[in-house]
Amino acid sequence: MKTLIHPKRRVLVQAALASALAAAMPLAVQAADFRGKTIDFVIPFPVAGGSDVWARFYVPYMTKYLPGNPTVVVKNVPGGGSTRGANEFAARAKPDGLTILGTSGSTQFPYLLGDTRVKYEYKDWTPVLASPTGGVVFVNAELGAKSAADIAVLRKARLIYGSEGATSLSLVPMLAFRQLDLPVQYVFGMKARGGARLAFERGESNIDYQTSAAYLASVVPMVKAGKAVPLFSWGVLDDKGKLARDPTFPDLPHVGEVVAAAGGRQSGLEWDTLVAFITAGFAAQKFVVLPKGTPKNIVDAYTNAFNKMQSDPEFIASKDKALGEYPQATGKAAQTIYRVATEVSPASRYWVREHLSQNYSVKFE
Amino acid sequence: MLDTLITALATLLTAQHLLFMGVGVVIGLAVGILPGLGGIAGLSLLLPFLYGMDAVSALAMLIGLIAVINTSDTFTSVLMGIPGSSASQATVLDGFPLAQQGQAARALGAAFSASLIGGLFGALLLTGAVLVARPIILAFSSAEMFMLAVFGMSMVGVLAGASLAKGFAACGVGLILGSIGAAPATGEERMYLGTDYLRDGLPLVVVALGLFAFPEIVDLLRLNRPIAKANKLGAGWLQGFRDTVRHWFIVLRCSGLGALVGAIPGLGGSVVDWIAYGHVVQTSRDKSKYGTGDIRGVVAPEAANNACQGGALMPTLLFGVPGSGSMAILLAGLVLLGIEPGPSMVDKNLSLTYTVVWSLAIANVVGAGICLALAGPIARLTLIPFTLIAPFMMVVITFAAFQARRDLSDLVLLLGIGLVGILLRRFGWPRPAVLIGFVLAPQAETYFYQAMQFYSWGFLTRPGVLIIAAITAVSVFLGSRSRIGEEGVVRSGAATAAAPHPGAGQRRPQILFSAGLLALFAYAVADGLKHSFLAAVFPVGVGAASLLAGGYVLWSVVGRQVDHPANQDQEVTGSHVGDPTVASPWTSFAWFGALFALAALVGYILAVAVFFVVFVRKRAARRWPMTIAYTIAMLVAVLTLGHALSLDFPRGLLQETVDLPWPIN
Repeated sequence: MKTLIHPKRRVLVQAALASALAAAMPLAVQAADFRGKTIDFVIPFPVAGGSDVWARFYVPYMTKYLPGNPTVVVKNVPGGGSTRGANEFAARAKPDGLTILGTSGSTQFPYLLGDTRVKYEYKDWTPVLASPTGGVVFVNAELGAKSAADIAVLRKARLIYGSEGATSLSLVPMLAFRQLDLPVQYVFGMKARGGARLAFERGESNIDYQTSAAYLASVVPMVKAGKAVPLFSWGVLDDKGKLARDPTFPDLPHVGEVVAAAGGRQSGLEWDTLVAFITAGFAAQKFVVLPKGTPKNIVDAYTNAFNKMQSDPEFIASKDKALGEYPQATGKAAQTIYRVATEVSPASRYWVREHLSQNYSVKFE
Repeated sequence: MLDTLITALATLLTAQHLLFMGVGVVIGLAVGILPGLGGIAGLSLLLPFLYGMDAVSALAMLIGLIAVINTSDTFTSVLMGIPGSSASQATVLDGFPLAQQGQAARALGAAFSASLIGGLFGALLLTGAVLVARPIILAFSSAEMFMLAVFGMSMVGVLAGASLAKGFAACGVGLILGSIGAAPATGEERMYLGTDYLRDGLPLVVVALGLFAFPEIVDLLRLNRPIAKANKLGAGWLQGFRDTVRHWFIVLRCSGLGALVGAIPGLGGSVVDWIAYGHVVQTSRDKSKYGTGDIRGVVAPEAANNACQGGALMPTLLFGVPGSGSMAILLAGLVLLGIEPGPSMVDKNLSLTYTVVWSLAIANVVGAGICLALAGPIARLTLIPFTLIAPFMMVVITFAAFQARRDLSDLVLLLGIGLVGILLRRFGWPRPAVLIGFVLAPQAETYFYQAMQFYSWGFLTRPGVLIIAAITAVSVFLGSRSRIGEEGVVRSGAATAAAPHPGAGQRRPQILFSAGLLALFAYAVADGLKHSFLAAVFPVGVGAASLLAGGYVLWSVVGRQVDHPANQDQEVTGSHVGDPTVASPWTSFAWFGALFALAALVGYILAVAVFFVVFVRKRAARRWPMTIAYTIAMLVAVLTLGHALSLDFPRGLLQETVDLPWPIN
């Protein structure tokens, strides 16, 4: 006689099932409740600035949709290019859902590059929200290029780019320009993107990128006045983790299209590295994460809250202005994009570190 | 444009909008008075409430706060000699002596009226200039910005005090402190001594508090008596107004200067007062009273620092590029309100820009009015023995310093810079020169490197650069004719010889201190040489030049006649020497040290509690009920403020080992 499961095994399976059920029971009953609690939303950046504004935008909706309507306060812990706040969170936060962290591209980059200041591990954390943003690369109209189709024209020009630093988000344009064989001179020490934009407006630099909101407010007027020409966007990730056009700028090609049109390949070590950093810097720029070992009921409470607020009419009405026209990923979608944004192959890491230290005096010891 | 201007005023003049502006003004006045707390702390308090507010109310509140900080900061500067904010340090130089001479009312009257006019000037300029300011701001490229930094540093010439070499070396100290951390060109980290804290550079708030507020508190605490010798505020509000009117041209010039410094993003509003002060000294015919109570020395910086805000709003609104820390927070506030600053602010959002203008103007008037009304009661604080005010001030400045990075190291740094500040003051090294160097170091280095990259050496022939260079040359020439230090104007020739100097056997402390500074310069050179050329050239160049200047000072003190102007020691020649009621500065310093050590052991809140009880009981010798009441009041204030700013207080060893409940966690 044949049994599918050996009797001895059957007992084991039953026991396993029973214990699993027993373990699952309290979770099912015990929904997380934050009534009367205060949640610290740690932002590893100073007051003001992109991440702080992003967090403060979310705070009232978190209070509204988290079970028990807790008070949520933004706790700014700046320093070390955001590594300090993230390190403190990794070392101190308890998995009770009362301390959460908001990361940004500047938190992902040092982690991906293997900066010695990083004492946090993205794999330990559970993402419950991913907020993408976008960016557009544009050039001075006097260079003669009319669109990204004129890459050949730009290859002959003397291009100057104002950068905040070789390991800042400006690493992405640096890698992209390399893929496109654009001869660009980098001038460092710009004060944020605003400072770089000012240098562009003064005619000191002639190629630049701005994130979506600043592009719409300050660069579109220059484009209309015939002073600037947009080339391409950084694109967003589709469901399969592939680069696609940015919904905010559907008429602009994304960087991959331009690389392909210019005769490059959308594959290989350098391309993969570029995509990894585009994702970590833009397509999945900001995450809300929960500490290591957070129980499932708390993760679910957060996921539900972030899900539900997406259909709040007030949220919908004000979201685009504050966060851009990008879908905010939650649950599984957030986890997929999180993996792409926080994993880089050892070969990629090695290559980009070598590239930075040989060409831009960046030290990684 | 005109109807937009009037419509904006009409919109603003509703009870609700004015009420919110009032809230902003009151908070602004309060944080202005408290040393080290200013626009950044005040605006951070309001930020959580912005979401969901209507734009006009919110703008009125934010601008109301920013507008009046530089009005009320004068109280602390004039009445206690402790700068109320980094933009009113220069006011101390003449304002505090006036208060000690019983002319506090006159000084405050002049300061508030000059602040008012400066503020209105800034608002007026913003009204018109906002329409044409874009090309002006764009005309200042990296090359012109570099020259402006050089111009700012030329003020060291006039503020150097008795010894010009000391001025240069002091500026070198500032430049080196300012170049700690990431190099602008390569991101290489310099002089960070292996600590994460120093990799981010030194925070301005802590440096400014350490250089100016800390030594002042230590000094006042030694004296064991109320601040006001004359024991009265004096009459003379009207006299103060008249002073401002009489010096209308100075007020106007300094307002213009302040607005310009504010409008250039990155130049830094925190030295605007010193630039205005240097300017007025340079251009005055009779300089004999500066530093000992010349009303022009109060009027000039106060007009400039209020006008600065109107100027600073221009790049913030027009380009979305903040010129200072508080403007950066205002910018974030605008984004939270759904306003993305940029060209639209003079186009479809012009009415909002004019709301800002009107808020600025009205808040300046209201702020000056409230300050005048409060002057009487607040001035009475100077009649209280300083031993009672000191613990409050010590807690306030440690709180403010801790705001910088929210790290225990903020306090360690404050203690270190405070010690340097005490010694600089004692040995006659000009502290303003250190601050100017510190603030302008990153500007000078970054813009020089960028100008070289963009224009190569050709940047020196740009018309804008040539114009600023010419102004700088005039400034240096004027500075070379007269200088001013902490003890007033430097007299040349015979007068110097007559001034007291430490004797030949009393020079060891000075020599040790100078040698210490030389070691700092040598360290900057040695550290610099480890880096790539672009990261090394600035610290190595500054370090080498400072070694020469500092070496000259040391040689002057060691090897030359005792009446050399570089030879100074307040603890040998100061007017308090020999007075048995004056305590040693080191006991005052030790109190500070004890507070910090306690904080490192048991955390900030417990440390403040223990410190307060011990200080008020022992040092101020009050009875128990008073001690307890005062301590509780202080703790409540600190906790409320900390809670509103959602601040984690410094944790000590105790907190690292055991979990404790709020508020001592």
